[in-house]
Amino acid sequence: MNNNIDVLIIGAGPAGVAAGIGARKEGAEHVVILERDWDAGGILQQCIHPGFGLRTFREELTGPEYMHRFIKEARDIGVEFRQNTMVFEMDNNPDGSMGVWTMSKERGIERLEPKAIVLAMGCRERPLGAIRIPGSRPAGVYTAGTAQRFVNMEGYMPGKKAVILGSGDIGLIMARRMIWEGAEVEGVYEVMSWPGGLRRNIAQCLDDYGIPFHLETTVTKIHGKDRLEGVTVAKIDPATRAPIAGTERFVECDTLLLAIGLIPENELSRMAGVEIHPVTGGPVVNDLLQTSKAPVFAAGNVVIVYDLVDNVSDEGLIAGTNAARYAAGKLDKDMRRIPVKGGDNVRLFSPQYVTGERDVTIFMRITHPIEGACKVIANTDTGIKLYNQRLRYARPGEMNEVRLKAEQVKELGSDVNAIIIDIQPA
Amino acid sequence: MSEEIKKFICVSCPLGCGLSVTLDGQGEVTNVEGNSCPRGKAYAESEVKDPRRVFASTVRVSGGKLPVCPIRSKTPAPKTKLFDIAREVAKLDVKAPLEIGQVLIHNVCGTDVDIVASRDLAAI
Repeated sequence: MNNNIDVLIIGAGPAGVAAGIGARKEGAEHVVILERDWDAGGILQQCIHPGFGLRTFREELTGPEYMHRFIKEARDIGVEFRQNTMVFEMDNNPDGSMGVWTMSKERGIERLEPKAIVLAMGCRERPLGAIRIPGSRPAGVYTAGTAQRFVNMEGYMPGKKAVILGSGDIGLIMARRMIWEGAEVEGVYEVMSWPGGLRRNIAQCLDDYGIPFHLETTVTKIHGKDRLEGVTVAKIDPATRAPIAGTERFVECDTLLLAIGLIPENELSRMAGVEIHPVTGGPVVNDLLQTSKAPVFAAGNVVIVYDLVDNVSDEGLIAGTNAARYAAGKLDKDMRRIPVKGGDNVRLFSPQYVTGERDVTIFMRITHPIEGACKVIANTDTGIKLYNQRLRYARPGEMNEVRLKAEQVKELGSDVNAIIIDIQPA
Repeated sequence: MSEEIKKFICVSCPLGCGLSVTLDGQGEVTNVEGNSCPRGKAYAESEVKDPRRVFASTVRVSGGKLPVCPIRSKTPAPKTKLFDIAREVAKLDVKAPLEIGQVLIHNVCGTDVDIVASRDLAAI
């Protein structure tokens, strides 16, 4: 079966829509984006606050406004959107060919065999089950993103008095959102010694409204039978992460919002036999955003969770462009791949391989904050210095970048077996 | 009155620079430190004289594909008026379809700021 699709993209969020644009601009004739929701836009549909696209558009847009521009461009250049369409199976063929099964009310069950695929499914929130809090399981406990969808798209308020656990950006944004809708936010509690989200969100979402922010503190018990009645919070010992006896405090609330991290959504990738990185939770990719399965590319939060949508769109564009090149038979199959490795203070990064086919930005997140002058470096295992950028500070909540020129990578001798990236005090 | 130094985080971009703003006895800004760009300096001056934020919320919609539509203040609104604006916006019930950028309230709460729809929303 051949449906004449050159590039098939799974997910119409920022990564997928940019991939569609990239693929069409590279010359792919038939580019299709599949989206399980009824409308394109992905998670940005519910991110109605401003703060998106400053780098891309030189102005701060809300999530829906940001996506509106990309979706319009994609439609204008002939990208086909199929909404209400779920991909429920991906092939894992030994010969490397690729096909997917889709389902939609309009088209029924359908098999598609595109020449190339871009995975752009984004990520999901870590749920309550991931952090084992003792106590009951009453109504009123939501992930922050679920609450955000309730409030911003479905018109429901989750409650009147909220406690927020975790200081990821969505939790901070939801703290302000709840306040603006007339609810009370008792406080934001973060188990780590530093905030999970951006500093400006601490400032404009918490400080602006006098919402207390507690570091090294977590929720140790959930109370309530049918509806949440409160939570116990306690200071933790940063060395062991165990609650410190005697610091427990009961906080009355009817809503607990969880902003405790995001996990790339890769059920389909796994089904397709795409190699998944144990730390990022996303596909292992090279600088062309090609996965371990040659016809499959991946971009955005499905690969690694980004801070900024501008970066997600950039990566989507790259994945779409290279998927189109692959579909046209223009991508060299025997490219040299130099592995990227993280140094002592690197928690995760992407891409994990570089080919030297294009200038590349390696996005990374560190393990421990460095408050003070430091430098981002990239050296080969043979000691060649490729990148050295000074920073005023480096924090786990904010991604850092290593930029390598294509020529720098191309020039490397065959004795080079790895590029090591790190952030160290200057 | 003597010189005063205010410290706060710039919210103009994701960098989140820590600003240190020096005010003279008359409340005039005499020095801004910690910013990495001109936007930071402008933000520092605005923040001490006339603090503003973009307001973003939703309005009730009748007959739309969604029961609510996101809105924003087209330009930053005075921080002290945000809750007044929130109450005004809460009174609205608009009919679908809505178009992105469509003005829903002119000059909300006398601030010279317009409230606009921030997405297209089709009728059912």
